[in-house]
Amino acid sequence: MHLYFFGMLSLSFLHKVPLIRSPLLPQPSSTSRLSPSLLCFHKPSFRLPSIRSMASEGAEDHRLKRIASTIRVIPDFPKPGILFQDITTLLLEPEAFRDTIDMLVERYRDKGISVVAGVEARGFIFGPPIALAIGAKFVPLRKPKKLPGEVISEEYSLEYGTDKMEMHVGAVQAGERALVVDDLIATGGTLAAAMRLLERVGAEVVECACVIELPELKGRDKLDGRPLFVLVKAA
Amino acid sequence: MASCKDNEQDPRVHGIAAAIRVVPDFPKKGIMFRDITTLLLNPKAFRNAVDLFVERYLGKDITVVAGIEARGLIFGPPIALAIGAKFIPLRKPKKLPGEVISEKYDLEYGSDCLEMHVGAVQPGDRALVVDDLIATGGTLCAAMNLLERAGANVVEFACVIELPELKGRDKLKGKPLHILVESR
Repeated sequence: MHLYFFGMLSLSFLHKVPLIRSPLLPQPSSTSRLSPSLLCFHKPSFRLPSIRSMASEGAEDHRLKRIASTIRVIPDFPKPGILFQDITTLLLEPEAFRDTIDMLVERYRDKGISVVAGVEARGFIFGPPIALAIGAKFVPLRKPKKLPGEVISEEYSLEYGTDKMEMHVGAVQAGERALVVDDLIATGGTLAAAMRLLERVGAEVVECACVIELPELKGRDKLDGRPLFVLVKAA
Repeated sequence: MASCKDNEQDPRVHGIAAAIRVVPDFPKKGIMFRDITTLLLNPKAFRNAVDLFVERYLGKDITVVAGIEARGLIFGPPIALAIGAKFIPLRKPKKLPGEVISEKYDLEYGSDCLEMHVGAVQPGDRALVVDDLIATGGTLCAAMNLLERAGANVVEFACVIELPELKGRDKLKGKPLHILVESR
């Protein structure tokens, strides 16, 4: 049995929380609660948003604290010197994963968003549940040669060299309101490429949403003024 | 695309089947690729597909949903969220940070590997394996092996599409497979 090393990410969303490190084993979650609401955009979420906003600071803070505490930091991945923010441990905590989606759904459900675009691969984990709950299409944005059929392609810079991101022709119509989703924003190169793909076909990118931001890498600056919403920031 | 016999009575399956497109000669000549991205563009059909799985697995004490990269990452999480299970991504080599276990499997030419995080699954976990499609069954078999090596019990496999002529079911060691549509 291995101990996971969890770093508590600083929450500048509401107020500063000190960085705490505590080793935690992922605990088996309590038995499932019905959540048909995540799948049905006609019914309200079983966690009524209005109650959440009245209890606002306390309730949201509790959800964010738990979300942040489940994310683990892996040093020297994929290479020495990088502290990798690993969301797979968040996915092992059903209530924290549910809170993550609920908080994003609460933000976007009344914004007339018709497309959620998720960046391969971890954007595929967070994007579809949001799309399902708000009644939007889900569009996967993928590495080259993965999407069958006709695609448009957008190049973007890496630390060394470039990569390409592709979207299906015809997936998105001009005038659609789009949300871009990924697990994390670092330098912002990937999200900027995603935005360009959507804008090239005439969609309006309403916002980019990530679970985690690495603010020191100034990814926001690449988004050309488009709003970015994140749940936690990692120092 | 035909409705699977299990679901023939359910009117939702026809819409799901109709929303899937076939792209010829992808990724290479002679292959008729079943493309679920058009299903994802149809919110009602996508929701129906997820609902059909959730209705089947609610109340079955499934504690883990394992989704196979990449398209299993699209269908698995909504199911996991609705039934209150953990979600575990099973990924190509070198994608998962941290310590992993690895399972090799055969391709038409050569082989590939599937990886899972150490500690994600506990002995006794009841697991559902999810992917968009079962073809030869090699990937699903590798997924089953990973989960069983970690001590989980694979309860069932769930895929949107089956290509029955490729006999993928034979690789599943008798474990049940539940699909929504058959494609010949």
